[in-house]
Amino acid sequence: MPELVQEVAPRELTMAQAINEALAEEMRRDPSVFIIGEDVAEAGTPFKVLKGLVEEFGPERVIDSPISEAGITGLGVGAAMTGLRPVVDLMFGDFVTLAMDQMVNQAAKIHYMSGGKLKAPMVIRTTLGATRRSAAQHSQSLHAWFSHVPGLKVALPATPYDAKGLLKTAIRDDNPVVFFEDKLMYQKKGPVPAEEYTLPFGVADVKREGSDITLVATSSMVYVALEAAELLARDGLSAEVVDLRTTFPLDKETLIESAKKTGRALVIDEGYERYGVTAELASVIAEGAFYHLDAPVKRMGAMDVPIPFSPVLEDLTVATSAGVAAAAKALCGRA
Amino acid sequence: MADSEVKLSVADAAGLTEVGLEQWLHMYEQMARIRAFEEQVNQLYLSAKMPGLAHLYIGQEAVAVGVCEALTRNDYITSTHRGHGHCIAKGASTDRMFAELLGRAAGYCRGKGGSMHIADQETGNLGANAIVGGSAGIATGAAFTSKRLGEGRVAVCFFGEGALGQGLLYEVMNMASLWKLPVLYVCENNLYNEYTRYEETTAGTLGGRAQAFNMHAERVNGQDIRQVYTAANRLVGRARGGNGPAFLQCDTYRFMGHHVGDIDRTYYRTKDEERTWREERDPLPLLKTWLLGQGQADQSMIDQIEREIRDEIAAAVQFALDAPYPDAHEVTQHVYA
Repeated sequence: MPELVQEVAPRELTMAQAINEALAEEMRRDPSVFIIGEDVAEAGTPFKVLKGLVEEFGPERVIDSPISEAGITGLGVGAAMTGLRPVVDLMFGDFVTLAMDQMVNQAAKIHYMSGGKLKAPMVIRTTLGATRRSAAQHSQSLHAWFSHVPGLKVALPATPYDAKGLLKTAIRDDNPVVFFEDKLMYQKKGPVPAEEYTLPFGVADVKREGSDITLVATSSMVYVALEAAELLARDGLSAEVVDLRTTFPLDKETLIESAKKTGRALVIDEGYERYGVTAELASVIAEGAFYHLDAPVKRMGAMDVPIPFSPVLEDLTVATSAGVAAAAKALCGRA
Repeated sequence: MADSEVKLSVADAAGLTEVGLEQWLHMYEQMARIRAFEEQVNQLYLSAKMPGLAHLYIGQEAVAVGVCEALTRNDYITSTHRGHGHCIAKGASTDRMFAELLGRAAGYCRGKGGSMHIADQETGNLGANAIVGGSAGIATGAAFTSKRLGEGRVAVCFFGEGALGQGLLYEVMNMASLWKLPVLYVCENNLYNEYTRYEETTAGTLGGRAQAFNMHAERVNGQDIRQVYTAANRLVGRARGGNGPAFLQCDTYRFMGHHVGDIDRTYYRTKDEERTWREERDPLPLLKTWLLGQGQADQSMIDQIEREIRDEIAAAVQFALDAPYPDAHEVTQHVYA
């Protein structure tokens, strides 16, 4: 009897489920991994990302902490230096300011300052992204700050597949990794294989191939770029969308090669534009692909204002697909 | 001092019966080693052989030695910008310490840390820290690991009274008390936050801060190593036995300036005050006098210790002065593990 080969639809998970699964798998694999943060246990965080983990791993490994961002990050650094692998949950990206010394002066530097003898293998999970009507202290995208600091790595996945693979890599990394999740993306679905996999840091992903212009995007802006690419296609322009996935380590080669191929580049990120990730990426492309460029590299970050509450104002602060498409067309001389 | 704060008096301190002569002599030796090391560091600064500055521990030796004597090699400490004493007391060797202070590759951190960042994982020293109060999280995290893995290790967090102005300390003390972590918070009150008298910066009592977290607190004369060791030994044992953290206030004094360059100090403290502490409350003569008075040690034993330390320090500093600097390629090494 011939063997029946059944076409199985790829498994789909939300971003929240993918992150949850990455944590659960790593906690099963390695007993030194634990989670600490505000409302991470029974509540599973306000975003419900950690739902069910305390039931499986117990309150010794999924620890509800006081509201002490500096304290839990500092405790995480010490735990990491002495043999554990903490995953510290800083609910809103805006709260990193409270933990800054522990991240920047302690975790990032201990390996170097000790001449390579000590290390702090830890993950600091936090969020980014505006347009959630949460106003100025719950909406910022501050990943540029950590990308600036030697000793830290920064990952910011845009799909459930990337989130799972990158988070598993982050937990296994021997360095402090700051892991940014877009709050608005948690319920977004995407294919995630049931089989074990990890994704390497420092490898950008070409989310859509194209030949007329390169759209480099991070996290939330990857979808904006993909939608813009659709709009551009209707006008006969072929846009390539490159998702960085990690701002450090940075995959300069993929950026530069894509810009060389298309001759034009537009860089989009949800952090403040001023001195931001877009500035770094634009300079990398300008330095590496200058003689292949047909237009100056353009960048689009978040507007340089505190995030306003009023929806009509807030929506103005972040790049949109229409805005990206318009800017791309202008770069291609089709304005 | 809050009423419920336990203050240890000389009468409570361990004597020759509980702690043998050999161990007291070892404590004297460690204090003498720190004193000689720091005096040499000052010389290196004055003769312009040391890059940067250093914060000397002279006067506070009984605190580091008394506490570390109660620890095993496996226990952890975190230290401060004034950290040479803690590092030596936990068992580091002076030659590699001098090498670190001089930025040489033979230093404990290959010259990349310097005076304010010496760490020696082999003796459980998780590092000096140049952020005041900055290591409180690390010490508490180390205690967390020990409890989680059932290792039986204790972590000691050394900090000055200046760190009482930092919020991180209270965040982690709260968690340590909640979760009964095996950590000892050792507050060295040397009376000055840099150049400002601590009463000008510190409301309430020092030990009262611990009591607010329902944490056991004791206070000792930090110039008397018998008191420091006795209290530390009990509190370390208590933590190791699963009875949670404690706060140990050690009243002490920095004989020298805030750092080696702080020469004229009359604008913030009087010469009389300095003289009183040096002449009447120097931890080395205090221990020596007591030991000799017990009739079991004699001056020749003390002389021998001091002679050996002198030779060791002379050889150690020469080792460091002769040691090569790190190769240029090391500048990009160890940024990432």
